[in-house]
Amino acid sequence: MTVLEFDHVTKVYSVRGAGQIKALDDVSFTLESGRTIGLVGQSGSGKSTIAKILTQLETPTSGQVRLDGQPIPRRGAGLRAYRQTLRMVFQDPFASLNPYHSIRYHLERPLRLDAVVPQAELEDEVRRLLHRVRLEPDAVIDRRPHELSGGQRQRVAIARALASRPRLLVADEPVSMLDVSLRLGVLNLLADLGRDEGLGVLYITHDLATARHFSDEILVLNQGQVVERGTADDVILRPQHPYTRELRAASPDPEKHFASLSGSHGGAR
Amino acid sequence: MRDALLSVHDFSVTYDVDPPVEAVKHVTLELRRGEILGLAGESGCGKTTLAYGVQRLLKAPAVITSGSVVFHDASGEDVEVDRLDAEQMRRFRWDKVSMVFQGAMNALNPVAPIGAQLEDVFVVHRPQMSRAERREAVAELLEIVKVGRQRARSFPHELSGGMRQRVMIAMALALRPQLMVMDEPTTALDVLVQREILRQISQLRHEFGFTVVFITHDLPLLLEISDRIAIMREGEIVELDTAERIWTNPQDDYTKTLLSSFPRLTGERGVVVR
Repeated sequence: MTVLEFDHVTKVYSVRGAGQIKALDDVSFTLESGRTIGLVGQSGSGKSTIAKILTQLETPTSGQVRLDGQPIPRRGAGLRAYRQTLRMVFQDPFASLNPYHSIRYHLERPLRLDAVVPQAELEDEVRRLLHRVRLEPDAVIDRRPHELSGGQRQRVAIARALASRPRLLVADEPVSMLDVSLRLGVLNLLADLGRDEGLGVLYITHDLATARHFSDEILVLNQGQVVERGTADDVILRPQHPYTRELRAASPDPEKHFASLSGSHGGAR
Repeated sequence: MRDALLSVHDFSVTYDVDPPVEAVKHVTLELRRGEILGLAGESGCGKTTLAYGVQRLLKAPAVITSGSVVFHDASGEDVEVDRLDAEQMRRFRWDKVSMVFQGAMNALNPVAPIGAQLEDVFVVHRPQMSRAERREAVAELLEIVKVGRQRARSFPHELSGGMRQRVMIAMALALRPQLMVMDEPTTALDVLVQREILRQISQLRHEFGFTVVFITHDLPLLLEISDRIAIMREGEIVELDTAERIWTNPQDDYTKTLLSSFPRLTGERGVVVR
């Protein structure tokens, strides 16, 4: 089922001295529930503009964004309901949680604001959310963010995003600030949640390797334009557009590196 | 076998807080002249503390509790870094060993033109140089790192992230050091800019022949650029071997864990259950 639809979206910024800059140029894609789209491209390619339009921090210059076939409401109760449907997971788990508040507070707040469960069930729901992101509720519920590791914090941020029972998750570089041994855990969690809950996930990253493994489909953005799209393996393993090839050639690839060093036998791991 | 440039023996650093943290534990390491040594590990493993420690750049509460560091100068003289007095240390730093700092993109002074900041290196370390000579040296450095001499009057905010990183490399290169320590020099850059900077580092190394210690948590990157890789965990080097052997035949369990933490760009899928 199509949840989200970008329909020929263009965003132009007027910059003093530099004239007009097309941050997005006729971008169209659809996101189905339970599927993950990887959005890759270098800095300035327009990835974040898409996230900003989705969160209604920016409005498109032309074109339309539709949720369940309806345009995104601009204000009022409609906008609130929309924001309940779409949640963000940010890059920096050290900055996205409030240092003064307990984990319980972080998760209770969206539950209260969106009246997800009756008051009496708040505690149970918070514990259920922590379970879902594979944190032990008793170990973390009364702690503050600084007492948790980066990976634990990012799990709390994901639990918070899930609290309002959204249907879409926008994850903007959700693991790039985490230690490498924690990254796969968090990405696997996102993949599981996407599948189990039928969430549509937009995974924004410049890491081609994780994009390949965690996305069903990949969109390659360059200077505001989608230059290539296709299934994850097609785009990464058999890139067609020169820009995608360039991105791939620039990404570290030990397999290929050692294979080229040792001729025929290397890289077979 | 290439000769040694730096010998670190039984080196330990403790952060004297309550309770004390042993950040680096009895590290012994020999750096060979001309190699790129990758230092990999996760946050808190002690890799930056080790790199700072061997140059005695640490401040209290960090305490070097044991060990010696000997720098084998190209002149044939052995410098015992831990025995230098303050003035000798000042001369030693940047002249023999320079550093590209973590977050280098923000390490430049925002209110001074980059040319003036580069000139400072010569003012302090080469006081005999005339102003015109300094200017020329700065212009030459900016040419070498392909920022261009005409940018000497630019302020840091007028340059892109990649260009600022090049300025930092120019600064580290200024006195033609024998060792350059690079602490996460490309972490904040996107892949295309990162690749350009790496290419440039490797080219400069060919030209000027310095040795590199490259610190990062990005193991796939290290596997491509390093001659040897040291894997650090909880203050200890758990494994040190050539990049190829780390890749094909890792011995330590932690090395194996790190290797398996990175999804392969082109290899088999299956790291992830999907």
